[in-house]
Amino acid sequence: MKYLLLIHMNPTVFESLSEEEKNVVFAGHDAFQAELTESGELLGFVALADPASSTTVRVRGGAVDATDGPFVEAKEFLAGYYAVDCETPERAVELAAKIPDATFNAIEVRPVMAEAGLEM
Amino acid sequence: MTEPSGIEDLLRSCAPQVLGILVRRYGQFDQCEDAMQEALLAAFRQWPDEGVPEHPRSWLVAVAARRLTDQWRSDAARRRRESASVPEEDPPVIPAVDDTLTLFFLCCHPSLSPTTQAALTLRAVGGLTTAEIAAAFLVPEATMAQRISRAKARLRGEAFRLPPTADREARLAVVLRVLYLIFNEGYVVTAGDALHRADLTTEAIRLTRAVRELMPSDGEVAGLLALMLLTEARRPARLGADGELVPLASQDRLSWDGRLIEEGVALISATLPVAPLGPYQLQAAIAAVHAEAPSADETDWPQIVGLYTLLERFEPGPMVTLNRSVAVAQVQGPHAGLAVLESVRSELERHHRWHAVRAHLLELAGDVAEAREAYRQAARRTASLPERRYLTTRASRLS
Repeated sequence: MKYLLLIHMNPTVFESLSEEEKNVVFAGHDAFQAELTESGELLGFVALADPASSTTVRVRGGAVDATDGPFVEAKEFLAGYYAVDCETPERAVELAAKIPDATFNAIEVRPVMAEAGLEM
Repeated sequence: MTEPSGIEDLLRSCAPQVLGILVRRYGQFDQCEDAMQEALLAAFRQWPDEGVPEHPRSWLVAVAARRLTDQWRSDAARRRRESASVPEEDPPVIPAVDDTLTLFFLCCHPSLSPTTQAALTLRAVGGLTTAEIAAAFLVPEATMAQRISRAKARLRGEAFRLPPTADREARLAVVLRVLYLIFNEGYVVTAGDALHRADLTTEAIRLTRAVRELMPSDGEVAGLLALMLLTEARRPARLGADGELVPLASQDRLSWDGRLIEEGVALISATLPVAPLGPYQLQAAIAAVHAEAPSADETDWPQIVGLYTLLERFEPGPMVTLNRSVAVAQVQGPHAGLAVLESVRSELERHHRWHAVRAHLLELAGDVAEAREAYRQAARRTASLPERRYLTTRASRLS
């Protein structure tokens, strides 16, 4: 079963960490990637830039309107994700708990839709 | 000049015997498996132009053995070991024993996870390449290669022999579950690049036939093969013109594969009276009842209810009860089916199929508003795009 482990980030919380604590987070990601690669569960991962650099695009009446900034103004934003393929939903939760950000922010485990289906 | 597809079939059928010979002679399953893959690749490159050798298996064993000894020589040179430790090359002898079954048991070792067992079985017994297996499971090749090499490393200390008789039944159950997993993985796929995907249903049927040849009197092996044949027969009918899912009741039965149905029905009919009953035989029997009905309305539903009741005894579980509720609704009316469904509400409420079946039965009962809501609930809960499309269509039809 394929899942996205979505890292929800509150920048204020992250900024409040000491330099040392931040380095522990970065090292934790390196270790997590190594572990997932070794176990054969990693499909890919992406780290996203700060929403300050986002552009939000809308098409209205055929006209393209591109404005600077995120779509939703919120305290938390999506900071990145890991795409994994694992045996069970329980294992996906277990993996999410290993992401260092889980200790001060939150990880959302979302199933990935598949191009497969049974006769209903 | 031989057809590549013919060569491919020949190579895949040789793979387990070649690997068995190598492991029996040299031990070291993981290195032998790599050498066999290289020999298959060499044959695939050379045979179309040079023709198939008179003894294809001996050719493959010889090439793989040369790879192994080259490998060990260079290892030995690197470690400055005496070259005396390198095994002598002798002309390959094809032993009388067929180690294919031993290989099945090894690849489906209980220390491996089910998807890893499936991947290793496809590679070591099926002779598929890592790239083909990765494409079939929709994961990057590097990810699949890592899974396979980890699995082989884990099996390094395992003896290459059949499990003791006392364990054999439990171990066979694991092998059958892996074959069924491979089949299902192929059966549910509705999209994807068919050119680059190994056809997993075909592979699963081929491998199950191989197990059946080795264990011709086992009822559950026969049952699983019959179940696969009868399910595969419906494959052309399960998708509509636009790739949408078509439920069993609305399928065009004329497009079911008559040859597969005939073989599946004959197999399960011959097995049921003589073998101890088991869950695969029961599921095959249910598939046979569907296959023999000229239309959905003419299905022998009372018999299907009986078979599901038996299946619940063998493999109790909410999903079997869910399936029984559909058959009960056909025999005793939708409200009786809904009552059965309520008995598994707490276990299955998070599962989309429970809502989908409930929607279907509510629709039969004429409760349009409740049915529409249940279809929407099901659509929101599924992780399958084609199923979501189907369920959303059903909901909007009731608006």
